[in-house]
Amino acid sequence: MSEVADVLVRCLVVVLAFLTLPLLVGQMEHKAMAHMQGRVGPMAAGGFHGWAQLVADGVKFVQKESITPVAADRRVFELAPAVALVPYLVAMLAIPLGPFFGHGVLIGHDLDLGLFFVLAAMSVGVLGTLMGGLGSGNKYSYIGGMRVAAQLMSYELPMVLAAASVAMLAGTLSLVGIADAFEPWWLLVQLPGLVVFFVAGLAELQRPPFDAPLADAELVMGPLTEYGGMRFAMFLLAEYAGIVVLAALTTVLFLGGWAGPWSDHLGWAWTLLKIAGVSFLVIWARVAYPRLREDQVNVLAWKVLVPLALAQVTLTTLVVVW
Amino acid sequence: MYGKGLWQGLAVTWRNLTRRSVTAGYPDVEPELPPRSRGVIALQEENCTSCMLCARECPSWCITIDSHKEVIPAPTEGGRDRSQNVLDRFDIDYSICMYCSICIEVCPFDALHWSPEFAYAEGDLKDLTHDMNRLRTWMDTVPPPQALDPGADQGKELQAYELTRATEEGL
Repeated sequence: MSEVADVLVRCLVVVLAFLTLPLLVGQMEHKAMAHMQGRVGPMAAGGFHGWAQLVADGVKFVQKESITPVAADRRVFELAPAVALVPYLVAMLAIPLGPFFGHGVLIGHDLDLGLFFVLAAMSVGVLGTLMGGLGSGNKYSYIGGMRVAAQLMSYELPMVLAAASVAMLAGTLSLVGIADAFEPWWLLVQLPGLVVFFVAGLAELQRPPFDAPLADAELVMGPLTEYGGMRFAMFLLAEYAGIVVLAALTTVLFLGGWAGPWSDHLGWAWTLLKIAGVSFLVIWARVAYPRLREDQVNVLAWKVLVPLALAQVTLTTLVVVW
Repeated sequence: MYGKGLWQGLAVTWRNLTRRSVTAGYPDVEPELPPRSRGVIALQEENCTSCMLCARECPSWCITIDSHKEVIPAPTEGGRDRSQNVLDRFDIDYSICMYCSICIEVCPFDALHWSPEFAYAEGDLKDLTHDMNRLRTWMDTVPPPQALDPGADQGKELQAYELTRATEEGL
């Protein structure tokens, strides 16, 4: 009985985190981006500095009509938002938050193949936008879908290579094991890997400067053009959940997870703090950099990130063998 | 240095983030506008001679003027009666006004003035036509002109006036 209760509580915590963390990141994007551009962002909703803006947005999305275009491939079109969203929920299940007041590591479920599982889930998430692009029956969506496919092909490789480098160093694929094995000098040795992983992650999420698939000046909204109301909201939620998952994964793999003072009790807070920091970087990159052209996107992947990731793997191999 | 622009982008955005933004929360905070802001055109009816200059110069034809003549009887026996124009109607249609300020420049008798009031939106396009009573009420909101810069010339008329007064008193 207590086992069942334990599982239920863990699932509940993961679902709660899944529902709140993306919203927090979204609100941070609203405010940080506004101030970086000399604006103040939402100020009215909820009274205090527009804290309820995303809640208001959600209420608006719920009220909207759900439209499926006649030309769309109906089932693919309607399934796409779920395919985009659910994998990130699944991924969050396997990401550790760290020791919780001496009660062991806070995690949905500690998998032996955690890293493999999370990377696989993240790749499935991208398929959602691909489905939306090919199933919408719209030329802009279609071109956007092609770009998603190209981007997915290009950036999966450096991302997996960078993650593999850490796994080699730690000697395990378990995320808890990797974070436990972390030592501060890894920061230096794994720095190229960290950069490659973060940049490739940005591209996987199609966040600016890698939002060529959405490219509102060229493709309206890319694969999301035909979506409105709740389905569009699910895609948006998927984007921010993706940021959280990417930030959490970067934290656990490269930044030592819960490493920090009093980590036996406050480990979870360290992890959350680092996740917030990496999420801020994701937002900062969006504000600071213009969108890459489609050819530049692929050049960056194949001519810069893949060689860098291979060099990193070689370096790690030397370190491990030595 | 290769990649310098990447750092510059981050630096610029970071500097903006740490600076206080200058956004004015308009509906809650009234904006401070300079005295000659082009908000709305006010009409000083007494100054208007119905000369029609403003209506004819207006590029978008948004001013409508109607007037009639009234006879002022001669003050002395056998003198000549005089006539003056009296305004019947002076409308400005703000739905087509483009705030070019030509009517105000061209008015020879300072009957038209800029007021910084700008909040006169209407639900219906037709209500944007202000008649002369409404235009008259805007006169209360016209601020005094900005003070002259130190050492600047006064207006030519004022200088001439003061010169004649000084010579008359001197005599």
